[in-house]
Amino acid sequence: MKKVIAILLMLTMVFSFAACGGDDADNAGSDLKIGVILVGDENEGYTYAHMEGIKTAAKNLGIADDQIIWKYSVAEDESCFDAAADLADAGCTAIFSNSYGHQSYMVQAAEEYPDVQFVSMTGDTAAVCGLDNMHNAFTKVYESRYVSGIVAGMKLAELIENNEVPATGIDADGNYKIGYVGAYPYAEVVSGYTAFYLGIKSVVENVAMEVTYTNSWFDIAAEGTAAESLMADGCVIIGQHADSTGAPAAVQAAQEKGTVAYSVGYNVDMLSVAPQAALTSATNNWAVYYEEAFKALMDGEDLAVDWSEGYETGAVAITELGESCAEGTQEAVDEAIAAIKDGSLQVFDASKWTVDGKNLTTYTFDSTIIDFSTGNVVYEGQKYEAIVDGAFVESNFRSAPYFDVRIDGITELN
Amino acid sequence: MANGNAVNEKKEPFVRIIKCDNTPRWYAWSMRAVAIVFALLICAVVIVAITGLNPLEVYKAMFEGAFGTERRIWITLRDMMILLCVGIALAPAFKMKFWNIGAEGQILVGGCATAACMIYLDNVLPLPALFLVMALTSMAAGAVWGLIPAIFKAKLNTNETLFTLMMNYVAIQITSYCVALWENPYGSNTVGIINSQTKAGWFPTVFGQQYALNVMIVLTLALVMYIYLKHSKHGYEITVIGDSENTARYAGIDVAKVIVRTMLVSGAIAGLSGFIAVAGASHTISVNTAGGRGFTAIIVAWLAKFNTFTMIAISFLLVFLQQGACEIASRFNLNDYASQMITGIILFFILGSEFFINYRLVFRGKMSKEA
Repeated sequence: MKKVIAILLMLTMVFSFAACGGDDADNAGSDLKIGVILVGDENEGYTYAHMEGIKTAAKNLGIADDQIIWKYSVAEDESCFDAAADLADAGCTAIFSNSYGHQSYMVQAAEEYPDVQFVSMTGDTAAVCGLDNMHNAFTKVYESRYVSGIVAGMKLAELIENNEVPATGIDADGNYKIGYVGAYPYAEVVSGYTAFYLGIKSVVENVAMEVTYTNSWFDIAAEGTAAESLMADGCVIIGQHADSTGAPAAVQAAQEKGTVAYSVGYNVDMLSVAPQAALTSATNNWAVYYEEAFKALMDGEDLAVDWSEGYETGAVAITELGESCAEGTQEAVDEAIAAIKDGSLQVFDASKWTVDGKNLTTYTFDSTIIDFSTGNVVYEGQKYEAIVDGAFVESNFRSAPYFDVRIDGITELN
Repeated sequence: MANGNAVNEKKEPFVRIIKCDNTPRWYAWSMRAVAIVFALLICAVVIVAITGLNPLEVYKAMFEGAFGTERRIWITLRDMMILLCVGIALAPAFKMKFWNIGAEGQILVGGCATAACMIYLDNVLPLPALFLVMALTSMAAGAVWGLIPAIFKAKLNTNETLFTLMMNYVAIQITSYCVALWENPYGSNTVGIINSQTKAGWFPTVFGQQYALNVMIVLTLALVMYIYLKHSKHGYEITVIGDSENTARYAGIDVAKVIVRTMLVSGAIAGLSGFIAVAGASHTISVNTAGGRGFTAIIVAWLAKFNTFTMIAISFLLVFLQQGACEIASRFNLNDYASQMITGIILFFILGSEFFINYRLVFRGKMSKEA
């Protein structure tokens, strides 16, 4: 036995000496080094979309694999600061994080490393926090939500024409019922579901939408249950702003049992879980942003403080149309996208919606960040008039959505 | 097989397991070292088989993940100290054979109490007083969380394992409620950094180090708990109850009183680790503030046999493995699960080595020779 131990000990010593001799070859080509902080990994749709975007952008620009350092499954707490500081220590010149909850830790790191650029995707404080090296970016995903609403509206119109909408699907005022599974009750979600609703309304005028919140970005069970209760209430279209496949899968299951219901997803193509029930999904093409940002870094230019792009640059899209889509959907979609691109269609056209029965003529967006627990002002911002030329201008004064108006026709159930 | 029955009756089992009570210390530690060597060898096979990477590079990455830079060393120390603190909290309870599975909840209520003080009292109290109030309320909150199951155990002999476990879920719900109450901005479900501008209630830097105070507090606690368990009357009572409640009763120890008192101490220290986690590390509160440490610390406490100094080594090992796993995932683009598998194998061997330290295998034929 002693001999065996002796041999093993010898082996470990040999190995540990060998381990010291590792080579530290560095890529000498470019001094660009990018750090990426992700809230999940490739198993989670939202993070997967970011990873694909970064990889595509890097490939297009010829950035080598070893110029990007990835940090996976970083929680929205001090571990985000640790990760950011660690990346900065490792020589990263720009650090990107993909979740809103990372933002305050990114700001903390940006204070400590003034020479490193920090980008908090979907964040909202870059413009007001007073740091030059802090940036935010978010797509104009409300545009693709509006277009996905048109897809749903076309389907609803077909169902109405064929008399397939059940009696429970029409409310007392004769409006057709739509359901929406939302994550959290704040501007990002409100802006999204309003765009979706307006998209449907542009096809079928008399619609009413019910919104259920799950209070989680990713909860398969809760999203499924929310979709089921909305369908039980008579909703024939189920939209979503949450990251799992829970709602589309529930709609598919209900459809197989004879319920008339269709689903519009988010982030990823839902056809794999809901081949007949899924119509399409609103999605982001993050590569557009990452490519622009990486290029700016390579050329030594400044990153945008607030970056927001939509159909015009291809930063948003809808996924492949499902087999259940109504005839003529593709044409309607193409038409809408063209109109959004040339500016003739405004998603939040103020003449198309009302608040308490009245059209909104003025709305002040205040970019000040307030601590809600104490009421203290964290960062002093500016006030902007958001209604310009008869339309609410979203994602213009700040990349993160700020449309938080509750309009007529939409009811939040919880 | 003619006389098979007779042989079978006499036949020795192939292997017997014999308990060894007085294992020499050198043997125990060399056994653990051998276990680590075996674990590394098996891991190497797994690494090559699954990822095709050079295992030495992987081990080097693990080491660098924990010690690669000064910042990483401090992060390793910081995480180690919080885990150690929870281990210290659990030691008296487990030594008494009171299965306190509720440290997770005790940490969370301690953390919530700390966060509440930071949010509501930052402008009210001067800094030293704020610190004192934060520490005391977190300890009080943890103590209450430990006290409730202890009283029920002492008075009604309820099952403390289930009771403390369920208290965790209540604590998680309370924490979610607090997060919703303090969330910033509204609807985001994250509290963000508390007092990010004023840094009120944050641990001050000591000797220019952000986490030096964490280390000082927890190591002091380790020393105090060591003395408390080994050299105080209270510690003796805990040991007796842990060995046999009936003996304790026969010796005139008020078992109910000791249970309540010990859980008060255990819960208070767990609450204090919530204070260290919030004020000394994260400066925020979420349901992940405890991060499973309440359960991991059970391993720490048991492996160290409630010796708080051995706990330092165990919690170091666990945090080292965790930091190493993160670095492997990052450096080799491995999924988290792949790197956790490696740490799982290492842990398995170390836990397994305890069996060979406490028991001896005697193979057939050896018994009669030895006798």
